[in-house]
Amino acid sequence: MANTADNPIKEALASLARLTYLFWEAMGSIIAKRFRMRDLVEQIHFIGVKSQSVVLLTGAFTGMVMCAQFYIQFHKVKMDSAVMSVVSVAMCRELGAVLTALMVSGRVGAAMAAQLGTMKVTEQIDALRTLATHPTDYLVAPRLLATLIALPLLTAEAIALGMVSGMIVAVYLLGLDPVFLWTNMVFYTWSEDVLMGLIKAFIFAGIIATVSCYKGMNCGQGAEGVGRATTQAVVTSSIIILISNFFVTLILNKILIYSD
Amino acid sequence: MIEVSQLRKSYGTQEVLAGVDLSIDRGESAVIIGGSGCGKSVLLRHIIGLIQPDSGDVKIDGESIVELNERQLIKVRRKFGMLFQGAALFDSLTVEENVGFLLDREQTLSRAEIKKTVAEALELVDLAGTQDKKPAELSGGMRKRVGLARAIVYKPEIIVYDEPTTGLDPVVSDSIDQLVIKMRDQLNCTSIVVTHDTRSMRRVGNHVMMLHHGVIHANGKPDEIFNSTDPIVHKFVNGIADPKDLEF
Repeated sequence: MANTADNPIKEALASLARLTYLFWEAMGSIIAKRFRMRDLVEQIHFIGVKSQSVVLLTGAFTGMVMCAQFYIQFHKVKMDSAVMSVVSVAMCRELGAVLTALMVSGRVGAAMAAQLGTMKVTEQIDALRTLATHPTDYLVAPRLLATLIALPLLTAEAIALGMVSGMIVAVYLLGLDPVFLWTNMVFYTWSEDVLMGLIKAFIFAGIIATVSCYKGMNCGQGAEGVGRATTQAVVTSSIIILISNFFVTLILNKILIYSD
Repeated sequence: MIEVSQLRKSYGTQEVLAGVDLSIDRGESAVIIGGSGCGKSVLLRHIIGLIQPDSGDVKIDGESIVELNERQLIKVRRKFGMLFQGAALFDSLTVEENVGFLLDREQTLSRAEIKKTVAEALELVDLAGTQDKKPAELSGGMRKRVGLARAIVYKPEIIVYDEPTTGLDPVVSDSIDQLVIKMRDQLNCTSIVVTHDTRSMRRVGNHVMMLHHGVIHANGKPDEIFNSTDPIVHKFVNGIADPKDLEF
């Protein structure tokens, strides 16, 4: 095998290829149901239930701060009642999915990389292999599927809470009319906007789980290796999420918004 | 039967295995000895298919495993049980879950049968009643025993031991050696022990191979190795340092 370590571009492409291979292998494992339901439930609990506070706070304060910011600009052009429609569409199409994914990447992605990295350096992954168990089936598949299930739900929660908290700020702090705010918000927020956020969340879930598992399973030796893998998992996931968000937005705009 | 032919493996510029040839017959208790860092564990990992060689071949019961992918290797690895140097217990699972891991995955036995089989395996390694403990609550010797119970619980045809006595006091080392002998005699399986503990080698082996500079340098019965006049073997088994190594 050619040594790619001295060429960063080749190494990056090789990593991308291995990452893609891991994703498809894990998807194959999911489709063939080679994972245990107990592991899936445990992971959903870890990713979904235990991320509640982080995600709810993110959604709530994002909605609140956006409402406060948009109000200043909209007030200048006497469009106060349109504030919540903008907050709502922004939460649905962008901020709900992206911020939730970034927060989950920080909490869950780091934990996944650390767990798998520790297993790698203590030979537990080799032990799995000697026990006739494919590491992808046992470690990656339940984590990937759990993230694919949990992240869209967390995103939906963040969006909903962003809207609610934005409304509270608009009505009780800024003194805007709730009827106009609600009517405009419902009128301008299409189902396509919500769908776009959920599709993005699904894609970001795949990125977080695959990158984090890959970094953990391929970490270097010792505590330093695990530490580096954990950092790389969060940084790489976050960068891929932000870059892919742009392209996914272009594609989904084309499919969902401009298709009429 | 295990056959290794012209096995080569390098890491960077360092050639760890430089054309290893060996053969281990069914039911044999083979010991691979050699100095620290000479590649014994790397050789063992090639035999079980955990590492792909740069070149050469490893055959298990006549089937070459070097070209097999990870899923194809699962079937081959089912023949093996392995005790890792650091035991490699799953730290999130209890002793019972560790030992019964493969049985639970295969789902061929009921939960009650798995519990019973695990209890028997733990009894065999003198650790009855530790089912609910976590690996972190065990001493080094106990961890190795649990690792051994995990390796033998599904009655593999071949058990490989990677430095089973390293880091243990002489009494615990002796008890681990006795367990290795017990496993060999009770389960009638092939054993491959990697060690640099010559006392252990004499106790558990009936076929000894010495790895030196990436090749099998000496091969024979334990007494033949102990009485060897080859200077490298003689120095190793008698623990005599090279005068050059003593220059500080």
